[in-house]
Amino acid sequence: MGMKLISAKEVTEKVLSNKALFILDVRNEDAFSDWKIEGEQVEHLNVPYFDLIDGVDEIVDQLPKDRDILVVCAKQGSSEMVGEHLVDAGFEDVFVLEGGMKSWSEYLNPVKIGDLKDGGSIYQFVRIGKGCLSYFIESNGEVIVVDSTRTVDAYTDFAKERNVTIKHVLDTHLHADHISGGRLLQDRTGATYYLPPKDAEEVQFDYEPLIEGKDISVGNTKVKAEPLYTPGHTIGSTSLIVDDQYLLTGDILFVESIGRPDLAGKAGVWADDLRNTLYDKYKELSHDLIVLPAHFGSVSELGDQGQVQAKLGDLYEENAGLNMDEKEFRRAVSENLPPQPNAYQEIRQTNMGKINPNDEDQREMEIGPNRCAIHG
Amino acid sequence: MTIQTDHVLDAKGLACPMPIVKTKKAMKDLESGQVIEVQATDKGSLADIQAWAKSSGHQYLGTTEEADILKHYLRKASESEVKEDKNYPHVIKNDELQVKLDAGEKVTVLDVREPAEYSFGHIPGAKSIPLGELDNRADELDKKSEIYVVCRTGNRSDLASKQLADKGFENVKNVVQGMVEWSGPIEKDQ
Repeated sequence: MGMKLISAKEVTEKVLSNKALFILDVRNEDAFSDWKIEGEQVEHLNVPYFDLIDGVDEIVDQLPKDRDILVVCAKQGSSEMVGEHLVDAGFEDVFVLEGGMKSWSEYLNPVKIGDLKDGGSIYQFVRIGKGCLSYFIESNGEVIVVDSTRTVDAYTDFAKERNVTIKHVLDTHLHADHISGGRLLQDRTGATYYLPPKDAEEVQFDYEPLIEGKDISVGNTKVKAEPLYTPGHTIGSTSLIVDDQYLLTGDILFVESIGRPDLAGKAGVWADDLRNTLYDKYKELSHDLIVLPAHFGSVSELGDQGQVQAKLGDLYEENAGLNMDEKEFRRAVSENLPPQPNAYQEIRQTNMGKINPNDEDQREMEIGPNRCAIHG
Repeated sequence: MTIQTDHVLDAKGLACPMPIVKTKKAMKDLESGQVIEVQATDKGSLADIQAWAKSSGHQYLGTTEEADILKHYLRKASESEVKEDKNYPHVIKNDELQVKLDAGEKVTVLDVREPAEYSFGHIPGAKSIPLGELDNRADELDKKSEIYVVCRTGNRSDLASKQLADKGFENVKNVVQGMVEWSGPIEKDQ
C-alpha cells in the first residue's frame, strides 16, 4: 500500500488497544532518550534521520517484515523522507506520524469517567504524549474545565458538540510543565478563570481566587466543586471535590506516585506541606472518593479506555508515596528527583503572564514528558 | 564576532530534514579543514546539526542567532577523523558469554551500569565500575585479561569498550544484548 500518514489520534487508538506496533524513531538520540511514544506492545528502533539520508539499506535487517512500521520524527518532514526510502526498499505498510512528536505532544483524548448524581458527566482529557490530564465537568448545560492545556479548541469543540457552555475554568496550581489554557479559554468563552491566590502572587492579569470554602457550582447547584487547600507541590496547590464522588488532586497525588515539591525552588519548606496534605488532610476524606490527578507517569497507569483514576482508599494501600515514614518521605521528595521538566521556569513565567511567547515557542517549551512526580 | 568561513549555505525557510540534507551535500564539496556556515530558520536544526556532527565526525564549532536566523558553523573533518564505524567492533552475544562462564573460563566480566542496577542483579562474579567512573578506575583492571563489558542494553558497554580500547586494553568485548535479555544465573547483593 505504500506510505500513509497517520494521526496522533489513530496512534493513540493503536497504543490503547495494545496493537503490536514497531516505531522507527528518526529523531536524534538525545530527543529519543528523553521522550518517546510508549505503549505495552510498542517496540522501538532509534536511528537519526541524518544517518538515513541516502537510504535505509543499513537498517533493513533490524526492521520487521510482518508488522506495520510507524516512522516518527519531530515534525513530520524527516519521517516522510525515511518513509519513502522504506517503500523503495520494499516495505509495504509504512505509516508516518502526521505532525510528528509535536502533534503527539498536543493530542487530547477525551474519556468519560462517570456520571454526576444530577445527570451531568465528568470527562478526563488525556494528553497521552505528555502525561497531562485535564477535566471537563458538565451539568445542566454548564461546564467547568480544570487544568486546561493551551490547545483549547479541544474543549470548545467538545462543548459545542454537546451544546453546553464553559462557565468556569480553573487551575489547581501554577503549572511548571505545560502552558495553561486558562486565560485563553476565558478570552474565547467569557468563562471565569480561577487560580489559587498563593500561587498567583506574581501573575500579571486579573483572576478569581480559588479558595477553600468558596465553592464553585455548575449547572444544577447540587454539583459543587469544593476547593480544598492542599499545599505541597506548590504553596497554593488546591484540590477539588466534585459531587462528593471525585477528588481532583492536581499534582499532589498521582496514581503511582506523588507530586514533587521542588519545581519552584522550595523543596525543603514545601516537603512538610506535602506530607501534611498526603498523610493528614487527604486521609480525613472519604476513602471512596475517586482520585483524578493532573498527570500520569507511565502508560501502565492507563485503563482500558485510556483513563487514569483510582480509589483514594486503594492508593493508601498501594501507592508507595503514601506509605513512608517521615525520614523515608523526606528523602524520597528531595533526593534523586528526575530532571526538571523542559523550560519549566519559562513555562511558569508564561503562566504568570510575565512573558508572552508565540505559538511556535510555546510548542517548543512544552516538548518532553511532564516530570511532575517524584518518580521519573 | 566575525567568523571566517569558506562556504555559506542558505537553508532559511526550509523545514527538517532539508537543512541537514543540504549541509551533508555541501560538506562533500568542501576540503578537509574548511568551515561552512549554515543559515537556517528551523529551530530544530540546532540540536540536529550538533547530533549529526557528532555522528559523522565533523566538528561542530558553534551557533549564533540573529533576528531569528540561526547560523551554524561546522568544520569539515579529514578522512581519518570521520567516523566510519559507530560501534565498537568486537562484540559477543549473551549466550556465547554464558558458554564461556559455564566452562569455567577465567575471564573478567565488567558491569558498567550504576551501582543500584548492579545491586539488584548481576552476572555472578562481575566487577562493578559504573561508566562514569571508568576513566579514573580503569587501572583496577588487568590489561591482559579477557574483559567482557556488560550493561543493560549494550549502549553504555559500547562506550566503555571504546574507552578501554583507547587506553590500550586489547582483549575487550562488548556483550550484546546485555542484562535486559540475560537468561543465565544472576547474583544479588544481600
